[in-house]
Amino acid sequence: MKRKVFAIASAASLVGLMFCAEAALAAKSGGVLKAYHRGTPPSGSIHEEATNSTVAPYMGVFNNLIMYDQAKAIESMDTIVPDLATKWAWNSDKTKLTFTLREGVKFHDGKPFTAKDVVCTWNLVLGNAKPKLRKNPRKSWYKNLDKVTADSDYQATFHLKRIQPAFVALLAGGYSPVYPCHVSPKKMRTHPIGTGPFKFVSLKQNEHVKFTKNMDYWKEGRPYLDGIEWTIIKSRATRVLAFVAGKFDFTFNVDVTIPLLKDVKAQAPHAVCELVPIGVSVNLIVNQFKPPFDDAGIRKAMVLSIDRQAFIDILGHGQYDRGGAMMPPPAGVWGMPKDVLAKVAGYSLDIEGNRAAARKIMEGLGYGADNRLKVKVSTRNIAVYRDPAVILIDHLKEVYIDATLDTVETSNWHAKVARKDYMVGLNLTGAGVDDPDANFYENYSCGSQRNYTGYCKPEMEKLFEKQSMMEDQEARKKLVWEIDKKLQEDAARPMIYHIKSAQCWQPYVHGFVTHVNSIITSGAWKTSGWTNNPVATGKMAGTPPRNICLGASRPVRSCG
Amino acid sequence: MGTYIVKRFLLMLLTLIGISIIIFVLLRLMPGNIADIMFDSAGFVDPAEKAQIEKELGLDLPIPVQYFHWIRGLLVWDLGFSYVSEMPSVDELGPRIPITAKLAGLALFFSVLFGLPLGVISAVKQDTALDYILRIVSLSGLSLPSFWLALLILMFFVSTFGTIPIYLDPPDNLWDELVLYSIPAAAVGFRSSALIMRLTRSSMLEVMRQDYIRTARSKGASENSINYHHALKNAVLPVTTIIGIEAAFLIGGLIITETVFNIPGVAHFLVEAILMRDYPIVQNLVMLIAVVTVVINFAVDMLYAVLDPRIKYAE
Repeated sequence: MKRKVFAIASAASLVGLMFCAEAALAAKSGGVLKAYHRGTPPSGSIHEEATNSTVAPYMGVFNNLIMYDQAKAIESMDTIVPDLATKWAWNSDKTKLTFTLREGVKFHDGKPFTAKDVVCTWNLVLGNAKPKLRKNPRKSWYKNLDKVTADSDYQATFHLKRIQPAFVALLAGGYSPVYPCHVSPKKMRTHPIGTGPFKFVSLKQNEHVKFTKNMDYWKEGRPYLDGIEWTIIKSRATRVLAFVAGKFDFTFNVDVTIPLLKDVKAQAPHAVCELVPIGVSVNLIVNQFKPPFDDAGIRKAMVLSIDRQAFIDILGHGQYDRGGAMMPPPAGVWGMPKDVLAKVAGYSLDIEGNRAAARKIMEGLGYGADNRLKVKVSTRNIAVYRDPAVILIDHLKEVYIDATLDTVETSNWHAKVARKDYMVGLNLTGAGVDDPDANFYENYSCGSQRNYTGYCKPEMEKLFEKQSMMEDQEARKKLVWEIDKKLQEDAARPMIYHIKSAQCWQPYVHGFVTHVNSIITSGAWKTSGWTNNPVATGKMAGTPPRNICLGASRPVRSCG
Repeated sequence: MGTYIVKRFLLMLLTLIGISIIIFVLLRLMPGNIADIMFDSAGFVDPAEKAQIEKELGLDLPIPVQYFHWIRGLLVWDLGFSYVSEMPSVDELGPRIPITAKLAGLALFFSVLFGLPLGVISAVKQDTALDYILRIVSLSGLSLPSFWLALLILMFFVSTFGTIPIYLDPPDNLWDELVLYSIPAAAVGFRSSALIMRLTRSSMLEVMRQDYIRTARSKGASENSINYHHALKNAVLPVTTIIGIEAAFLIGGLIITETVFNIPGVAHFLVEAILMRDYPIVQNLVMLIAVVTVVINFAVDMLYAVLDPRIKYAE
């Protein structure tokens, strides 16, 4: 009898535990997510900016037509899911992409979302609207887009000039929100209106950006959070310390550098941190219009002088990645694998061999130990630009190039580069979407505003177009590698390394998946509550205790 | 006295006009403007759009015309709009000024509270162990970089108490305000108190060697009476000058403290505005700092006449 009672009691306890565990893991509504921000966002208009400082906080205000699945770490064509569009289809010759739109969706001011808003948004991006966007950094993405039409209130069609299967990738990224027709670009900069899970509340320069839950959000039961507050803290040391002290639930998107990550793990062992590529590459820009850099030999010699591993070891503690124009695997979908990369000129690990070859080229051009080429290496006067520039100068010395550092204040950097007022520059490039169409057309295509070097080769334009039209993504990948190899060997914008950085959050923040191949979505979308998963169980009153257990669904006082 | 005040007022006005011209011209001499900053965040510069933005903001007008517009606005209390936030300058600056004023006031209070008495003690106990300790402490106050000290304080709080004394939300009441600002104020005040302490000590030592001090001592006055009633009263004049200078410096010089402790005051805002080439904010804020500085200097000069009856401002 006793054994029976014991068995029943044990079974009951087990069932009870299962229910408790399930309840503990289930999403819980409520709580305001507190994150810090590194600086005042330049504006709230995502279409007019090319910085994570805007996209990270403001993403929650908007929806896209389609988006990358928030639950999947690597973004690709295979992970695209519906957002404002419920379904989409190509026509027979794949030049028209028709979206069926979700009905009953309202903007934050109560006005209904219709196909006209899709038309308005892409007219803005194409530069056809009045008033225009003040800045339009992604106009080059839509080179192939002829027009967008509203076939009905809930159907919109993108008309392309030619087939472009990866067009959907551009629409799924964080830089492609849908804007309302009835709100001017000026208003969108200061008080954006969208259909997203969070409404903009306020921005105070150098203080905060606040968002509150959209109670009429079209995804039922979402968002889980009552709001998101980004506190602006300029000093990186202060904001990371504040995270360690438990004042924030979340760090700014990939703000924690590798050296700082060690400090965070030491001082806040309970925090969950992930080191991921951030879609930003450090590269060289060489002014091909300024002698002697119009000589391909000198450009090649410069590329051969670079010891990429030295940069990676010194600045990234060995964690950064080598790669070409496209983000390298495993995070990047299109980057050259190691065995292919090794065959690209300048990427061989035989540094001395590379440099010997470079010296030979320079000697052939009349330079040598007694006749060294004097150059200026220009770069932005912030650490993430300046530090690699200093190392680059050291490497160039090995091939008879004596460089001096020319630091340029941020306000002048792009203007200086735009008017080609530099010889050699150390630059950073961020990828909004891990797709060759975005990268090639933005950074390497003739006439693109962000093609800083002015690199322009008709044969490469043809290759960009060829890969853009390929439906077989595996074959496309091979062609992309070939293009990437050519770009590196042409010294179009020689890549030095791809940066990694960390994202950290408190253990009571759940449902967050760091995206690894885009700086835009690697943190921003999750905190915006766009998906089924993101949950903040709500802050504890006061500061959380230091002994929060990993894996617990809510903070506990003791891990025993 | 009345003539002196009028003359000083006219001098102040001339000083302010000079400062307005200098800041206006210097800002425009700096390469780049708000349009360049705007395009920086987009990663490129569109010359046509940039020209359009400059036209909208009046930056294409001749510099004397831009200056005239600004001064005319100042005279009618139209401080213009922030280029960055597109909000009225008054709305941007208004809430920030009291924050810095409180921080500066508290810092000054701490610096005088500790600097003066410690300076007296150090002078009175000259060449004793206490004197040496105080001098070492004051030297460290002058030598420690303020950003380093501020960060050390934050790290100490985080590792010891698990909290961080930075500004995250506006304080609800006076007590919360005091608690919030006291630590950064103490960090700033440490340096100022070191300066005041050393000057007070030096000034006191000089005064205490005077004959009238020896006379007072021989007449049987107590040490306290000698130190505070006779000596300090005469030693405090140069210290008053330093306190005045420190007060003026604090208004604009709290940039590091405000940055590290994340306090949304005017000093930090000014630096951000300069980096962003937000001309209306920079110009108006610099003028405000200039006004405060000249007024404080004037007040210090008037205080001399109160502290030292021998000083008379007369023709």
